[in-house]
Amino acid sequence: MIELSDYLLLSAILFAISVAGIIINRKNVITLLMCIELMLLSVNTNFIAFSHFLEDIAGQVFVFFVLTVAAAEAAIGLAIIVVLFRNRATIDVEQLNQLKG
Amino acid sequence: MSFQLIVFYSYAAVLIFSALMVVSSKHSVKSALFLVMGFVAASGIWMLLEAEFLAISLIVVYVGAVMVLLLFVVMMLDVDYAALRQGFVKKLPVALLISVLFLAVLYGITSSEEFSATQYVAPVAKAADYSNVKALGRVLYTEYILAFEIAAVILLVAIIAAIALTFRGRKNRKTQNISKQLEANKENRLKIVSIDPVVCDKEEDEEEMKTDEEASS
Repeated sequence: MIELSDYLLLSAILFAISVAGIIINRKNVITLLMCIELMLLSVNTNFIAFSHFLEDIAGQVFVFFVLTVAAAEAAIGLAIIVVLFRNRATIDVEQLNQLKG
Repeated sequence: MSFQLIVFYSYAAVLIFSALMVVSSKHSVKSALFLVMGFVAASGIWMLLEAEFLAISLIVVYVGAVMVLLLFVVMMLDVDYAALRQGFVKKLPVALLISVLFLAVLYGITSSEEFSATQYVAPVAKAADYSNVKALGRVLYTEYILAFEIAAVILLVAIIAAIALTFRGRKNRKTQNISKQLEANKENRLKIVSIDPVVCDKEEDEEEMKTDEEASS
């Protein structure tokens, strides 16, 4: 049978891939957003796996709210990217240094 | 090898492959489409974990809404994606190192005795008439009702924020220009003309008023 650790390992691999993606694609904001979505997916998979093995539905409720907030985040993030592109004509993170942060 | 194992390993392979392609694709449209594939595979795995409602809503919400939005944005922006990939090879060793370290730590944790099959025994499969939606809805509308309402407000805020950020309005709107209104002063609005007072009798005055009214109408 499939064990809990199999699911955990799968989501750990997914998380490691998306961490690598964030480091590699540090210039492209859209790919960064997609890597964050992947991270959320792996965390959600963890939640659901624990919910299944502990037979507690609360984990699924958490995933429900994470999905909601992630959808809101994606909508606002994309709106910000559109406005950014309109004003600066670029989505390169390294060129967005006007705040000198 | 049971059917479930075959399903798990094939979906996991698809998920990992598509995640790798999302990270390493040259063009953002390609990564977005691979992300869709990854979401579908993840939904299959969630289905295996008996979370049917969330598996379906992952397809509906993510593949149906969020990824379509993302694809719209990717295709609308006229970006030179090749230029954004400069330094890809240079960053690759660092990224690999960090992710392998990360994975090693996580593997050490997940393969420990704490999460072994003896600690977490696989539950008995639910009966055929068990409804995941019913079970989820029961706790969502009772125990988590406040969080549910807040989630609704968050979605409303997201709608308003996204519209407010990208709304540009009409070009020839007939609105007030506040600064122009405040700039106006007495000198360029009001002209005082001195007129000699003329004494006249009442009848002439009335006649004058009549002609004035005619002229105005």
